Amino acid sequence: MSLRFEPRLTRDWDDPSVIGLEGYIAKGGYRGLAKALAMSDADIVEVVKSSGLRGRGGAGFPAGMKWGFVPRDTGKPTYVVVNFDESEPGTCNNRELVERDPHRLLEGMAIAALAIGCETAYIYVRGEYLWQSLVLERAIADAYAAGHLGPDVQGSGKRIDAVLHRGAGAYICGEETALLNSLEGLRGQPRLRPPFPAVEGLFASPTVINNVETLMNVPDILVRGADWFRELGTEKSPGTKMVTVSGKVERPGNFEVPLGTPFRVVLDELAGGVLGGRALKAWTPGGSSTPMLTEGHLEVGLDYESLAEAGSMLGTAAIMVMDDTDCVVDCATRMVRFYAHESCGKCTPCREGSWWATRVLERLEDGQGEAADLPIMHDLGTNLLFRAFCALADGTASVINSSLQHFPDEYEAHVRLGRCPLKVEHLEEVPA
Amino acid sequence: MAVFEGPVRADADSILARYPEAHRRSAVMPLLYLAQSVEGFVTRDALREIGMLLGITTAEVEAVASFYTMFRLRPTGTHVISVCTNLACKLRGAEAVFEAAHEASGVVHGAELSDDGLFTVHEEECLGVCDFAPAVQINFCNHDNVTPERMRELVAGLRAGEVPSPARGPAFDSFKAASRALAGVEEVASA
Ligand SMILES: Cc1cc2nc3c(=O)[nH]c(=O)nc-3n(C[C@H](O)[C@H](O)[C@H](O)COP(=O)(O)O)c2cc1C
Ligand code: SF4
Ligand code: FES
Repeated sequence: MSLRFEPRLTRDWDDPSVIGLEGYIAKGGYRGLAKALAMSDADIVEVVKSSGLRGRGGAGFPAGMKWGFVPRDTGKPTYVVVNFDESEPGTCNNRELVERDPHRLLEGMAIAALAIGCETAYIYVRGEYLWQSLVLERAIADAYAAGHLGPDVQGSGKRIDAVLHRGAGAYICGEETALLNSLEGLRGQPRLRPPFPAVEGLFASPTVINNVETLMNVPDILVRGADWFRELGTEKSPGTKMVTVSGKVERPGNFEVPLGTPFRVVLDELAGGVLGGRALKAWTPGGSSTPMLTEGHLEVGLDYESLAEAGSMLGTAAIMVMDDTDCVVDCATRMVRFYAHESCGKCTPCREGSWWATRVLERLEDGQGEAADLPIMHDLGTNLLFRAFCALADGTASVINSSLQHFPDEYEAHVRLGRCPLKVEHLEEVPA
Repeated sequence: MAVFEGPVRADADSILARYPEAHRRSAVMPLLYLAQSVEGFVTRDALREIGMLLGITTAEVEAVASFYTMFRLRPTGTHVISVCTNLACKLRGAEAVFEAAHEASGVVHGAELSDDGLFTVHEEECLGVCDFAPAVQINFCNHDNVTPERMRELVAGLRAGEVPSPARGPAFDSFKAASRALAGVEEVASA
């Protein structure tokens, strides 16, 4: 298969002028907003619903349906919150989308605001994206000056304000309810749901939270329509998706592909294959929280359904590639250590479980493990999955369970040999 | 007030004005960045003063400050070197870069800063630049595809008073300057 299609989110990436307002306008920018202003809010929701656009932040929830849940008769303001916390290991497409095309995000955000009658939108940017937050502040200032944001959007009499809020280094703040707490000046710990944010979100008011990439798809859907959007991708996963490929590949980077594109095409055609022509060992399809897959899954399509069928998830479509010189136990240790570090501490299974899992993995990797450690790992994986307060712990469990499932021999070799079979000094002994 | 005085107080007021009157507590994070930009880290005094500005207790402010890694509650180097060692970077040799950062800066593992007060080294979780791994930030400015040799050069440059040009965006010449930008009180430069 060769990849041929009209790029959407990345179509202006070779033109640095679109970072500025004039360049963006010259490419047809803010026409989706104009169109939305001429429509009823219910019609905006309807076109996004029929496009089938699904949330790109990980869960894949249909965006139009989410917007449709917002009650309009509560007497409270409504809010749009842009989730630009992007911290899932391996994920960096939101960063590049904003670096290259910041106004498209503001336009998508403004259309979402119109759809739910929101007058103030908040953009939550992870603190480490300092440069990207400055790019956005510049774009916001320019959009205000030109009347695409502010008290009288494009002369419609409607108000949309944008407030940028910086995080400060906490992965959990990407989880939508933790993000809301963080934005309200509390510790960034998740809230119990229900109530869902659509009903009771920011400042206890109805709130729509969307990922950057989700919103950046919206302007084109307004201009070109739902049917156009569905021309690429699959029936249930329409449109294109940004994928990030990192780790052991020749050309790491962000690539846009139609949903459903087989992993092999992304790996070979876009990322240039495994680094140095080595053999593929394992890969995460959607960041470290999605169960890892193997070279047996090269033909799996990158879409929500195919990856679920393969026992994993599309997640953020952040593909991290490990080759045959990489130790799966070592990689799992690093990933689980991340979840232990980022656990917000609110619930016991995650706080204690991720800590214990890290200790057990570290001793296995150091050659101090015992046969009894493998059942402990199984036990931890089982007890973390779907049993904690939020989905962060499911990420921990995914690393443990998928590495044990696909690479049991490698775990056992660590115990049997009393050392890591793949540490560089032992390379000649790599099991075939 | 000792920290939020004069022009800093005016900056604090501009931060408070971003949020609805009834929800001024939302200003706690930018105020912490602002305090950090004045004193180089978030001091006890700053925690108390922020509490007074927001009408919440010092403990409530500290609960927020201690939750996030980008707020520093202890004396911090002039420059903060953040090295990502998460998987995509690890697969590209980040652990050697992390070692080189310690060696070159003189920060002992586990210590808050170097004896000369110039450097703090921080092990990062994914910085969102996995496509240019190993990823490093110096005062929150990106450096891409960093090798141990490049790490040593960067540190030597900082010692000599040079400000390394980042892979993207403007350079901030200190942790304080970056914290000020993070507070969002600087005029934004044209695109
Ligand atoms: C631990 C955790 C971290 C998350 N981090 C992010 C993130 O950084 N960015 C994001 O858009 N969604 C993140 N999510 C998903 C959000 O909770 C939410 O589903 C998403 O922002 C909704 O937007 P979407 O429907 O447009 O995808 C995270 C979820 C969890 C459980
Ligand atoms: S699962 Fe982990 S991150 Fe989520 S609430 Fe519990 S402790 Fe916090
Ligand atoms: S893993 Fe290092 S920047 Fe993402």
